[in-house]
Amino acid sequence: MKFKASVNVMLKPSVLDPQGATLERALKSMGHRNVSSIRVGKLIELTMDCENQEAAAKLADDWADKLLANPNMENYSLTLEKLP
Amino acid sequence: MTVKACVLVFPGSNCDRDNVRSWEACTGLKADLVWHKESSLPDYDLVIVPGGFSYGDYLRCGAIARFSPVMAEVVRLAGLGRLILGICNGFQILTEAGLLPGALSRNKNLKYICRDVTLRVENNKTAFTSRYAPGQVLTIPVSHGEGGYSCSPADLAALRDEGRVVFRYCAADGSVSPDDAPNGSLDNIAGILGRRGNVLGLMPHPERLAEEILGGTDGRALFTSILDALSGGPKS
Repeated sequence: MKFKASVNVMLKPSVLDPQGATLERALKSMGHRNVSSIRVGKLIELTMDCENQEAAAKLADDWADKLLANPNMENYSLTLEKLP
Repeated sequence: MTVKACVLVFPGSNCDRDNVRSWEACTGLKADLVWHKESSLPDYDLVIVPGGFSYGDYLRCGAIARFSPVMAEVVRLAGLGRLILGICNGFQILTEAGLLPGALSRNKNLKYICRDVTLRVENNKTAFTSRYAPGQVLTIPVSHGEGGYSCSPADLAALRDEGRVVFRYCAADGSVSPDDAPNGSLDNIAGILGRRGNVLGLMPHPERLAEEILGGTDGRALFTSILDALSGGPKS
């Protein structure tokens, strides 16, 4: 079975995000005073071939933990979708 | 006794030859260049993981290089107590490989910073720094876009308590304030030691100021300290 995994990677709240801070200043300078707490992350999408949903979820989590995210400074969340 | 040293080469490394040259100029000994596909190394006493942009810094700096075949060997040699020195991208690779705690992320000002900085030697009782004086202020260049060090509060406490913060960014007079860390590093950290004391990672480039002709020699003692440690030479 084929699955599409989406891995959302975000810097941990304790890690400085200068990119987010810059975007926030940019939006404010455009007059949007109501913006706050911008954080910039990554979205990684991939297709995987696995026996079932459970195995796919386990494997995607393993990949995210080992390579796609760095648990020292990033959190991640996963969504899995069965492809036709 | 001969000391065997090597410098790793990843696709995108660009400080590999500088390190070979500085090691040879400072110690009079040879260093081998080792391609990252090597999966078995002779027992080197010193492995230098050089700076550069391994794998184009894709995903995160060092994240892909950490899975190069040679890195399993580096982890093995580290376990044997051999000296491992990671400079700049090499430091990033060592954190990704779990040989050093924490991570390096985007500089506070979002800019690539390439200039001399001043560093304070926080611990000279290491295999890498014995020829420096405690508190000595060094001028060494940095050249990075992702050098902001961060780690968990528990790791930071351990680094401080165990004397494993080896270099801090400082002002010219040796004082340390957050403004002196060009990249926003936590606690002004520029270089740290692994738990066992045989792995050092630092963002600045000692190999770029190790000979008079390069405009300074503050990096030299790093290489000669290593030679002392490996050859049982003087601890001056």
